[in-house]
Amino acid sequence: MSANNISLLRVNNLRVLVPTIAGNLQAVRGIDFNLNAGETLGLMGESGCGKSLTALALMGLLPQGSRASGEIWFQNQNLLQLNESQLCQLRGNRIAMIFQEPMTALNPVHTIGHQVAEPLRIHQQLSKRDALDRTAELLNRVGIDSSRHRIHAYPHQFSGGQRQRIMIAMALACSPDLLIADEPTTALDVTVAHKVLDLLHTLAEQNGMGLILISHDLGVMARHVQRIMVMYGGQIMEEGTTPSVLSRPAHPYTQGLMASRPHWNGQQSTYSSQSNSRPRLKNIPGQVPALHQMPLGCPFADRCTFAEYDCHRSLAPIRSLDQTHLMRCRKKV
Amino acid sequence: MNYFLSRARRHPSFIVGVFLCLCLGAAALVSFVWLSGVAFEVRMDQKLMLPSQQYWLGTDALGRDVALMLLAGSRSSIMVGIVAVGIGLGIGVLLGLWAAAAKGWTEEIIMRACDFSFAFPAILLAIMITAVWGPGMINAIIAIGIFNIPVFARITRASAQTIWSLDYVLAAGACGKGKFRITIDHVLPNIMAVLIVQATIQFALAILAEAALSYLGLGTQPPEPSWGRMLSDAQSLLFQAPRLAVFPGVAIALAVLGLNLMGDGLRDLLDPKMSRQR
Amino acid sequence: MSSPLVQLKQIHRRYPMPSTSLWTQPQALHALREVDLSITTGKNIAIVGESGSGKSTLARIIMALEKPDEGQVFFQGEDLHSLEPEQLRDRRQHFQMVFQDPYSSLDPRQRVETIVTEPLTGLDHITRSQRCDMAQEILSNVGLRSEDLQKYPHEFSGGQRQRIALARALITRPQLVVADEPLSALDVSVQAQMLNLMMDLQDLFGMTYLLISHDLAVVKHLCDDVCVMQKGQIVEQGSPHQLFTQPKHPCTQALVQAVTQ
Repeated sequence: MSANNISLLRVNNLRVLVPTIAGNLQAVRGIDFNLNAGETLGLMGESGCGKSLTALALMGLLPQGSRASGEIWFQNQNLLQLNESQLCQLRGNRIAMIFQEPMTALNPVHTIGHQVAEPLRIHQQLSKRDALDRTAELLNRVGIDSSRHRIHAYPHQFSGGQRQRIMIAMALACSPDLLIADEPTTALDVTVAHKVLDLLHTLAEQNGMGLILISHDLGVMARHVQRIMVMYGGQIMEEGTTPSVLSRPAHPYTQGLMASRPHWNGQQSTYSSQSNSRPRLKNIPGQVPALHQMPLGCPFADRCTFAEYDCHRSLAPIRSLDQTHLMRCRKKV
Repeated sequence: MNYFLSRARRHPSFIVGVFLCLCLGAAALVSFVWLSGVAFEVRMDQKLMLPSQQYWLGTDALGRDVALMLLAGSRSSIMVGIVAVGIGLGIGVLLGLWAAAAKGWTEEIIMRACDFSFAFPAILLAIMITAVWGPGMINAIIAIGIFNIPVFARITRASAQTIWSLDYVLAAGACGKGKFRITIDHVLPNIMAVLIVQATIQFALAILAEAALSYLGLGTQPPEPSWGRMLSDAQSLLFQAPRLAVFPGVAIALAVLGLNLMGDGLRDLLDPKMSRQR
Repeated sequence: MSSPLVQLKQIHRRYPMPSTSLWTQPQALHALREVDLSITTGKNIAIVGESGSGKSTLARIIMALEKPDEGQVFFQGEDLHSLEPEQLRDRRQHFQMVFQDPYSSLDPRQRVETIVTEPLTGLDHITRSQRCDMAQEILSNVGLRSEDLQKYPHEFSGGQRQRIALARALITRPQLVVADEPLSALDVSVQAQMLNLMMDLQDLFGMTYLLISHDLAVVKHLCDDVCVMQKGQIVEQGSPHQLFTQPKHPCTQALVQAVTQ
């Protein structure tokens, strides 16, 4: 599990503005992070925290009307300053992305062979023959039977898990340096999900590829990423190595998330409302604020049991708890 | 509603469409109120005059005021449009809803009947009907109305099917509601947007069809004015007074354009709101 | 031993698949085969399994939204499909359902009040003002306010919509609530709130839950009995503790393994 210390991606002060009825609002409000080659970074958060927009901003695929600002340094280029044709050369080639819905991410009218070969034909200008050979190789690596017969099959003839593997093959076709996976297993059964993630992880290691895994699932994070960033309200609230963040969560939001998960082995923080009824789970009161109702100061302050007066006025600065564990909170640890 | 209006204001083609349709509506209203009784006097001494202050668009071969004729022609067009689309909407939507709810053989029979009538070109169907029952506005309306039925039936069934597959319909079933109630309470309100857009498009097509039929002499009969017949009358004088063909032609074009723009605009404005579920 | 609340006997359900050619008979998908199930009042039961195992079909059969091809469905001792349509409609107030997707289970064109009082449609003896009161009461039970009655679904978040769905399911005080993956579409922090709410409401109203879920942790927390399904059959059944510590069937073992590692 070695990560080279070659810096692959450096994001500085990334902000994303989205158009809403109430005008243009910031959905991502100034985040910074780094990724080294061969490293797996987990971006965790609930809906509305801005994690998907961050991924789209990295790829330059923000929806119409949204704009990103800040810096995204990838291989000595600031991605936010490239034009569309320059970005097209990078996408599928050096940076790839896989999406949540395997049902809709593959085009139903083209064979899987055609789709997996597409990035090869575009970026590496391989001939049709060579591209199909390489496709067979790739499909083998992801565990799909790559006989001639299957290569010419259509997406609807495969199951959800298999389609996700095909997407992975497509993403890895040109051996990208960076792979972004946006909730790749949310739509899959739990047994299949872990196999697919193990596959991603292995391939990332073998190729020295950087992997950003976006998910809201703590279980996924625990097993498959080396570092975790917890996002809330468009900000990074906590960041650190997986064991550090999951076993010693420092930020009240992370602590709340960890506490509200029912653990299958019976050890959870609960309280009993009545003596003979089931124990209740601890939970974070309230809900995620809507974009146009984002409070001043820390976005979590209204739901935080430790909030102080300052927390409602301004965002806390980032503090280092140790070499790798960072947190954006004023709470004493 | 306010949200709709604020987005509507930023949609230029929709605004143009609505403006043109309002002009069309106003023309028809004006002609109902002001011109209903006025016979279009034939004044041979004033025939084929050029546009002037007295006759804004000039006069035709029989000395009639072209501008007044245009205004009055809008009456036929709108009447045919409303009633024919009304027939198509009323019967077609019922058939489509029934097909989507009943499924099985009922659905097959209804849809194949629609396919069958699609096989006939619309104008041919209209000509057949007017040939059998005689020319006239009523028969033109019936012919165009009949053609609209399968159009609405098909689009209603397709949209209704999507609704039937949603969970809230299942929930209504779990409450004990039968198919009829579910269709009225849940399916119909949720497909209204699609139907409204289709109705504006069909209205435009109905205006075109009416003009075509009148041009052929099968639609609105004299003395009731009609844009199509104005075109046909102008044909023999095409080189002497081309303006007599241009004016009704432009009127038809603007009416159809206005309705199409409004329909497209409505589709843009109504649909995203519906599909903006998350 | 009191008679069971729900009993399924030898249920078979087949769906015809589209025929692949003109000459051969169309295949049938055997969604449920030889399913026997018993639900006792007061003991929450969970159905777990992979996609395609038949869990959702089973839910629809229990809710009498579909008729089984073979077998019988008994609710409180009555065979549901031998009842007259009027009688079946009347019985429906005793069993209700909560769906997985909070975005497609509420009609976007109806106000919350209409949505929540929908199960009352068959019950003619309830007056208009009584319906109003019941709607207000159930809404406050699920933690929403009476102003919310006049709003539309798109004005609420996923978690709140699921509460509305729960309110709709509970307005007739049913004995059985079938919950098909009620938490899967919700955020992690909201799942805990929702689970607590479901348990509070059970204490308040005394209904029994049939939970369909792939999340074993939630199952362990809420349910007393678990059925594991695979390819249309129940392959293992027992208490959560038994199944998770000593799974016998390979399917169960795979599920448990996926969660514990």
